[in-house]
Amino acid sequence: MSDAKPSTVTLTIDGREVTVPRGTTLLKAAEALGTRVPHYCYHDGLSSPAMCRLCLVEVEGAPKPMPSCVTAAQDGQVVLTDEGRAREMREGVLEFYLVNHPLDCPICDQSGECKLQDYVHAEGRAHGRSREPKRVFGRDDFGGDVLFYGDRCVMCTRCVRFMNEVERDPRLTVVERGNRSVIDTFFDEGLDGTKWSGNIVDICPVGALVSKDFLFKQRAWDLDHTPSVCTGCSQGCNIALHTRDNLVQRVKPRTNLDVNAFWMCDHGRHDYEWMNQGERLEAPLAGRGSERIALGWQEALTRLAARLDEADGTSVRAVASPRSSNEDLAALRAMVDALGGGTIEFRLPMAADEDVLEGMPTLARRRELAPNHRGAELLGMKRVGDDSGAGGLDEAGAHEGILIVLGDALADQDTDFGAAADLFVMLGTHDAVAAANADFLLPISMHAEQEGTFTNRDGRIQRFWPGLQPPGAARPAWLILRALASHRGEATLPGTAAEAFAAVAEESGAFGDLDYPTVGTRGAVVPERAALAGD
Amino acid sequence: MAYPYVSDREVRILSKHFGDPTARTLTGALANGRYSAFKKAVDMGRDAVIDQVKTSGLRGRGGAGFPTGVKWSFMPKDSGKPHYLCCNADESEPGTFKDRELIRWDPHQLIEGCLIAAYAIGAEHAYIYCRGEFFEVSSILAQAVEEAYAKGYIGKDIQGTGVDIDVTVHIGAGAYICGEETALMNSLEGRRGQPRVKPPFPAAVGLFGMPTTINNVETLAAVPHIVENGGDWYRQWGTEKSPGTKLFCVSGHVNRPGNYELPLGFPMKELIEDVCGGVRDGHELKAVIPGGSSVPILDAAECESCSLDYEGVVSSGSMLGCASVIVMDETTDIVKQVYRMAYFYAHESCGQCTPCREGTAWVTKILKRILDGRGTEEDLDTLVDVTTKMTGTTICVLSDSVAAPVQSSITKFRDDYLALIRRGERVGVA
Repeated sequence: MSDAKPSTVTLTIDGREVTVPRGTTLLKAAEALGTRVPHYCYHDGLSSPAMCRLCLVEVEGAPKPMPSCVTAAQDGQVVLTDEGRAREMREGVLEFYLVNHPLDCPICDQSGECKLQDYVHAEGRAHGRSREPKRVFGRDDFGGDVLFYGDRCVMCTRCVRFMNEVERDPRLTVVERGNRSVIDTFFDEGLDGTKWSGNIVDICPVGALVSKDFLFKQRAWDLDHTPSVCTGCSQGCNIALHTRDNLVQRVKPRTNLDVNAFWMCDHGRHDYEWMNQGERLEAPLAGRGSERIALGWQEALTRLAARLDEADGTSVRAVASPRSSNEDLAALRAMVDALGGGTIEFRLPMAADEDVLEGMPTLARRRELAPNHRGAELLGMKRVGDDSGAGGLDEAGAHEGILIVLGDALADQDTDFGAAADLFVMLGTHDAVAAANADFLLPISMHAEQEGTFTNRDGRIQRFWPGLQPPGAARPAWLILRALASHRGEATLPGTAAEAFAAVAEESGAFGDLDYPTVGTRGAVVPERAALAGD
Repeated sequence: MAYPYVSDREVRILSKHFGDPTARTLTGALANGRYSAFKKAVDMGRDAVIDQVKTSGLRGRGGAGFPTGVKWSFMPKDSGKPHYLCCNADESEPGTFKDRELIRWDPHQLIEGCLIAAYAIGAEHAYIYCRGEFFEVSSILAQAVEEAYAKGYIGKDIQGTGVDIDVTVHIGAGAYICGEETALMNSLEGRRGQPRVKPPFPAAVGLFGMPTTINNVETLAAVPHIVENGGDWYRQWGTEKSPGTKLFCVSGHVNRPGNYELPLGFPMKELIEDVCGGVRDGHELKAVIPGGSSVPILDAAECESCSLDYEGVVSSGSMLGCASVIVMDETTDIVKQVYRMAYFYAHESCGQCTPCREGTAWVTKILKRILDGRGTEEDLDTLVDVTTKMTGTTICVLSDSVAAPVQSSITKFRDDYLALIRRGERVGVA
């Protein structure tokens, strides 16, 4: 007889039976039933010290309440998470937290997304019994973007463990003991120079660690959260844009175990102000120099279509941007192909080194400082220029024939760019010196304002959603380019980003048979065959 | 009559050489028969040693009273990993001063106990973790270890038996919590002295992640005698479930405080009246803490019939703990005593678990307020409720240790509290 134990265990939690893999903790088993056991020190991405004592549950037959975060589920166990002793003890623990907590919610940044608020509202005592003076630690600048409010700390040590276990740069520790315990840095430098420490603000369950950048900026409950993808590099970390007043107020990582788990780097986290930049192009402009006038879309596209017909047969050349979505780039590819085909180039700034997260080597701030160079490559576009993302456009700038620029701001180019072109069409968010010769300057929306996908360095297609309203008449580039094609009678006009994505699959096969529902919120990898065809 | 006080009721086995400064030298120790039991143990073999210790019924003297032989048998037999023995000499419980004397007067007795235990559990290294404040005692111990190394009683091929065991004396940094076995291991490894979550237990994952047994000084000091004379010999003293002798550390309002080695099951009344010469003249007994500051307080009536063995003290409503008997007469202000204990625990809480970190400090603040005459009767209910929520909800039992004196004192000495709350009167003069 083999004594190999079955690989699953079946237990009862709050009267409901659940079967989970052997070794699953009670906390996770309860989660499988949709029961969330309150906890502070436990975090999916960190070790479990079982010290907050908030996740205590009652296990039938056990003399003491058990910490559910480290107690493995056993066959036939009967667990109560929400009544009797477990509930009573949790109420007690919550009251202990409030003995020294300053309750300064009205001026606390965490207010509205604070686990202490949530738990106490849900099951704390209506009135605390502590009449004693509270101990006071005050505020400490931890360096980097992190500010520490010692009085609010619940001593869960998630921040200490993140720095030790995930960033593997132990900059934080607990000093003193008892209720004099406080999180502190070792030296004056604190967190300065760390590349991932912004994450400790996210995992702090209360307002003890707050972002200096976000300090007193907005109340958490006023923010809209939009799932998006970080544009800082080719890793493609899943993020949420937190917006209000049509401005991105901050960026937070969004959990995706296949890409970035729970984390994102400080580089990406603080790379959002550009999305709020003003002086945007708001209407289609036509004509060079003093002849330039603003038009409505219908008139602009009619005129542009006529010019394209005139120029039919001349050579086509295009400049794209690895910051544009797959849908935008594919629409450009289709347009260029419809005009007889031609070179499409893009420029890509590259960092000297990667910043790898030691505790999760598959996550790094990658060298390629744009989100979609892989998508551009899959669509047969070629990288030009240097590692600062400049140069390489001499031929394009002097091109005679049709010249299309999509997304590249041409910041390093001069007024003579495109001077020789028969027809110079530029799709961008801002006017530029190098746009002086553009016959058509068309306002496009950027990724935060439209739905679309990026392809990360591993060929993973990930969707993002619009969190901001595009200014004026700005539209997604794919819509403009596809409308133009349909105006010329070349194709049907896709009405949604999903249809625009489907068109890519149809035209080039670059993304195989993927579609939006398959990609979902977690992304999907480009099928190998399709990727090879693109290469 | 020598060593501060002795009594003819004592059975002096471990404390036989207390007060004799020659016993701590290797020459004196050898003359007293030390290190012969180790040879005998090796002749008997590991299993036989564990069997004899099991037979003796020796129970952990650090407070929990777990059977020592059983603990040793938890060690894996063929794990292929190094095994370790830890000797807990972090004697920090207020009211306890037995391990200090055992090391001070007879360090070789302890070292031999460590060697036998290490041999029995297959450990190659024994660590003796001394309390940070034990300056004098740890230097005596270190000197004894050095002498024993020099003469081949520790180290490679001990006494020609072919057994190699190293002994290291380590001095803590002065934290009460490092007397908790897993916090001690963390401290020994150079980490923060914080108790670990159990399971895994030390016998599976202990010091440096290896199978480890940890025993109290007094437990290990008894081992050579058991090996020398057999487990049944040890059973001639004490009760069926609590065999053997135990050092009682008596302090407080008695005429002759001190360490007394008595058979377990000794009546508390006789310990106070007879062995310690009674409560000081003109005063009467008010309360006794029988097992160190972390156990419930007994009032005078409960002391009458209390029998000093593990089960006896439990049936009287407290715990034997490490047998640190703190005697208090009627001049004692119980509220102040309890406040002082709570203050100690609040100071010593490692700060890991919320109920302990916040609870100990909160309880201390409430007690201080009551002591200052600003308490209310509701405070007593709050204290009982808060301490209930500090019991059984943490990784270690430090938090339970505050609950015991607070709850028992409020039940048994409520009048002391009420006198303060209602009339602002302090009971006693202490």
